[in-house]
Amino acid sequence: MSDFTFLIVSTLVKMGVAVGALMGSVAIMTWVERRLSAVIQFRWGPNRVGPFGLFQPVADGVKFIMKEDIIPASAHKPLFVLAPAVALTTSLTAFSVIPFGPVIELFGKKIPLVVVNMDGGILLAFAATALGVYGIVLGGWSSRNKFSLMGGLRSSAQMVSYELSMGLSIMGVILVSGTLRPFTIVEQQAGWFWNWNAFLGGWQFLGFILFVIAIFAETNRLPFDLPEAEQELVAGYHTEYSSMKFSMFFMAEYAAMTTASAMVVTLFLGGWQIGVPVPFEGWLLWILQIGAFVAKVGFFLFLFVWVRWTLPRFRYDQLMNIGWKGLLPLTLLNVMVTALLVAFGVVGR
Amino acid sequence: MEMLAFFVLAVLAVASALVVLTRRNEVVCALALASNLVSIAGFYFLLGAQFIGFLQIIVYAGAIMVLIVFVVMLLNLGEERYPERGRAQKWLAPILSLIFAVILAAVLWKTEPLGLGEPPPDFGTVAVLGRELFTRFFYPFEVISLLLVAAMIGAVLLAKRRI
Repeated sequence: MSDFTFLIVSTLVKMGVAVGALMGSVAIMTWVERRLSAVIQFRWGPNRVGPFGLFQPVADGVKFIMKEDIIPASAHKPLFVLAPAVALTTSLTAFSVIPFGPVIELFGKKIPLVVVNMDGGILLAFAATALGVYGIVLGGWSSRNKFSLMGGLRSSAQMVSYELSMGLSIMGVILVSGTLRPFTIVEQQAGWFWNWNAFLGGWQFLGFILFVIAIFAETNRLPFDLPEAEQELVAGYHTEYSSMKFSMFFMAEYAAMTTASAMVVTLFLGGWQIGVPVPFEGWLLWILQIGAFVAKVGFFLFLFVWVRWTLPRFRYDQLMNIGWKGLLPLTLLNVMVTALLVAFGVVGR
Repeated sequence: MEMLAFFVLAVLAVASALVVLTRRNEVVCALALASNLVSIAGFYFLLGAQFIGFLQIIVYAGAIMVLIVFVVMLLNLGEERYPERGRAQKWLAPILSLIFAVILAAVLWKTEPLGLGEPPPDFGTVAVLGRELFTRFFYPFEVISLLLVAAMIGAVLLAKRRI
């Protein structure tokens, strides 16, 4: 097999694995969300389909496919159909730059376990996130429903505001590591876990906290879920959606959650690095490293659910105040302090 | 391969530009403009200027166009109304655009293709661009940032009369 064919085939396989894992995480998360919320609220949660209700996602999938697909008569049809596709595509695209494992050797060739290993990969993730707003805005507008429109407006204001803090909070990591290639950033965080960027490796603890807050807002999760605040807006931008189109918005939200968790892990918590030196190498090490990545991402997904069922929702003015008067100055401070530290050679790789 | 990508992007760019011109619905126009901007970003990627391409998507399609869509959504709630066009504009517009097209074609026809040579291997990456900006183009860069700050202060002053 020539090098070029090998590149194409391996990339296709990696794409399949990444999309499969992402969709798998969506299915699992719908179950985890409901079971965990039940635990938090002293309820049972879904426990009828399969052991512990584990097959509930399958039942849900069948239900969504079988349901009637309704397009409101006054909706703008092309955009109404396009909106869920935009939402899902953009949240799947951002995952392509996340390294989910080390460089492995297969058939005598080295394969880095990331779909797109490019210089400037972080920018690709941000570009995809930036375009993700369109899915929600278009869904809200094309439904021609005032609740949907309000939801779409709220979400665009919210996402534009918090995108700024999100982008600025990772500036520290970029300053310290001196590259925009996620794979290199992960490789730099090798060794003990205090070498990770959030700790002594980059002194980015503040940036880490700010980024986590910003991704909660960016993925429209509680306490920032104003675009779909049920008490006020029925269901926000997807009020008029039914069947698989609703399901696509739903999948987009969960895929965005997984991607955002993977971003946190990659940039601040060492990606696929285990965090402790291990005495063996080869396949066992690679599998352990992939496992470490999955475990870390899993922890953040758990955090998403935990926070959602613990904290109440912010008011809209509070949301804007936190974004512009709280997060943004702190991220700027973080950038300035990190720049000074890097300039005086305290940190840096 | 590159040729194929170029033609796909070219068709996308021209088609979305035509949609912007022909559709009356503002939101559709704005969306078509956004997809036009994204396909132009694709051309930047083909040319190896990935940083510019990403900035094109993040800044234009991601931030500015979202703001425009945001405004249009708020304005476009009522019945669609269009102002009557002046008679002079109706006649002048096609003639002027024709003249412009002829001039453009003449200039393009006369221009010799520049021999740019092979770009260096790290062409268009963030590191190279940053180094150029902060060494060779340092003063223009700082002047532009001053201009942007002035624009921002102006916007804040206009939006909030009393500070």
